[in-house]
Amino acid sequence: MVRVDGNGNGDSLVRVRGLDKKYQRGSEEIHVLQGLNLDVDAGEFVAFMGPSGSGKSTLLNLLGGIDLPTAGTITVANDEITHLSGSKLTEWRARHVGFVFQMYNLIPVLTAFQNVELPLLLTKLSKAERRKHVETAMALVELSDRMYHYPRQLSGGQEQRVGIARAIVADPTFLLCDEPTGDLDRKSADEVLSLLETLSRQHGKTILMVTHDPLAAERAHCILHLDKGVLTEGKKAGAAQ
Amino acid sequence: MKYVPLILANLFRKPVRTILTIGSFGVALFLFGLLAIVRGSFNQGLDVAGADRLVIINKVSLIQPLPLSYRDRLLQIPGVKQVTFANWFGGVYQDERNFFAQMAIDTPTYLQMFTEFKVPPDQWKAFEADREGCLVGADLAKRFGWKIGDRIPIKGTIFPGAWEFNVRGIYTGARRQDDTTQFWFHWKYLDERRTYSKGMVGWYTIRVNNPDDAVKVAKAIDTTFANSPWETKTDTEKAFATGFVKQMGNIQFLIMSIGGVVFFTLLLVTGNTMAIAVRERVRELAVLKAIGFSDVFVMLLVLFESVIVALAGAGLGLGAAKLLTLAGDPTHGMLPFFFLPAGALTAGVALAIVVGLASGIIPALSASRLRVVDALRRV
Repeated sequence: MVRVDGNGNGDSLVRVRGLDKKYQRGSEEIHVLQGLNLDVDAGEFVAFMGPSGSGKSTLLNLLGGIDLPTAGTITVANDEITHLSGSKLTEWRARHVGFVFQMYNLIPVLTAFQNVELPLLLTKLSKAERRKHVETAMALVELSDRMYHYPRQLSGGQEQRVGIARAIVADPTFLLCDEPTGDLDRKSADEVLSLLETLSRQHGKTILMVTHDPLAAERAHCILHLDKGVLTEGKKAGAAQ
Repeated sequence: MKYVPLILANLFRKPVRTILTIGSFGVALFLFGLLAIVRGSFNQGLDVAGADRLVIINKVSLIQPLPLSYRDRLLQIPGVKQVTFANWFGGVYQDERNFFAQMAIDTPTYLQMFTEFKVPPDQWKAFEADREGCLVGADLAKRFGWKIGDRIPIKGTIFPGAWEFNVRGIYTGARRQDDTTQFWFHWKYLDERRTYSKGMVGWYTIRVNNPDDAVKVAKAIDTTFANSPWETKTDTEKAFATGFVKQMGNIQFLIMSIGGVVFFTLLLVTGNTMAIAVRERVRELAVLKAIGFSDVFVMLLVLFESVIVALAGAGLGLGAAKLLTLAGDPTHGMLPFFFLPAGALTAGVALAIVVGLASGIIPALSASRLRVVDALRRV
């Protein structure tokens, strides 16, 4: 279940209350998010849509613990993250968040295998265990035959799939995807979206995705609109028809 | 260990730049090695100086002689245990570039004073028996390919004439730093053949009974010969060696100045390179932080890269300097010693680590302070 009215029950995986984010740009104060509430249950696939500058990415950054709100609270799996120190937040991210970026953000000097292995270096897994995890993740994104390729040797779609493998390899609590298909052609975008759908439906992954693409949003269980810092529930195009 | 592939991959991101940075470290450390060799050579006298030995020279200058008669008077001064003397010869072997120290020594007493030098008994005996005999240091013999029985012609400059000597022995040093590039022959032979300055010696070396009394004995010696035609100046062997080094200018200051300038330049170059390397991958560092790598980890990652580059350069530079010393002395004996001491190697490596850390610290700190959101926003 996904709610934006602040009346969700206490069982939500992600619970946001009164979230405010203001930026200072010169003398101008920009109020990006205004008292935002959100409840997302585990296993949901949520798409955030909205015009540029509406605060979608800001919301995602706050949910991922890489930015701090001006006011309000974010609770993920009963951990209130808005008051964690920088180092605690870093540890929390390693355990709970899998990031998928628009520009893939793979390390170009590492192979696909090494890129996917990165989050596991922070764990106490042995080398053999890490290898097993990486192989599983690479198999899930159907790139077992590209493990030792460098990012420059992969297509955009393949790079993004490696990015997804990196995001899921440590089995995080949820995935945060910032325009995951924004830099891909339609075919590659469909492949990536199908993969995200699979992760949600078959593996029960909770996915929060920011997108401009209505077709991408259609794949989500729920679409939320963000405009002028206010979150509203939207309807899926399919459901509207 | 699990982070090694990450560090190595980053180092070889721009192989040419990494190699050039390592190369600049290598050149600087090679220079450091050479300076250490030269400095060690100049200061070797300080290292080998005996604590219980005093050197007595003419008060006017080292090149002014002292009378042989002082030997017996020196032995009568309380605290003096042994006396020996020597004379600088300053001849030329084949070519002026073939410089090496030639000294006429007081054969019966010289080795008793300088016990650090070793001569096989049979060779010493042969030397004693031959009026024209000479002893040469092992390094000197190696330099000119001399062996026992060779006849060495030397053209006198201070004491003109053609002088010929028979190599009767090859001496070695008990320690690595002992000077084995000298040429010794009988002072008696010099005194017989020279046409002036007969009965005079270049300097005396004495051994005192107790090193703690060295200053007192030195004063007593100079007082004894005060107001004579040949007043003396007595110093410990170490002070004498220091004075000798100072005659060639403040070598240490010069070396430290050159070294300082080189390392400061290196610091700027490497620091700039590291800063560029960090700036180029701001997004990647931000991604590392986003997926859970700590600020400290990112800082150490950059610092490790910097130190590894520095150590690779140090290995290259100091290794090349060491190889140069192993290949032989290119100064052809101008420097009594031509080797890179282990202490200098250690200092070079330590210096490289310090420079590596210093040049990496600012980029490393800026990497650790990087805000993930800001960095990911940059294109």
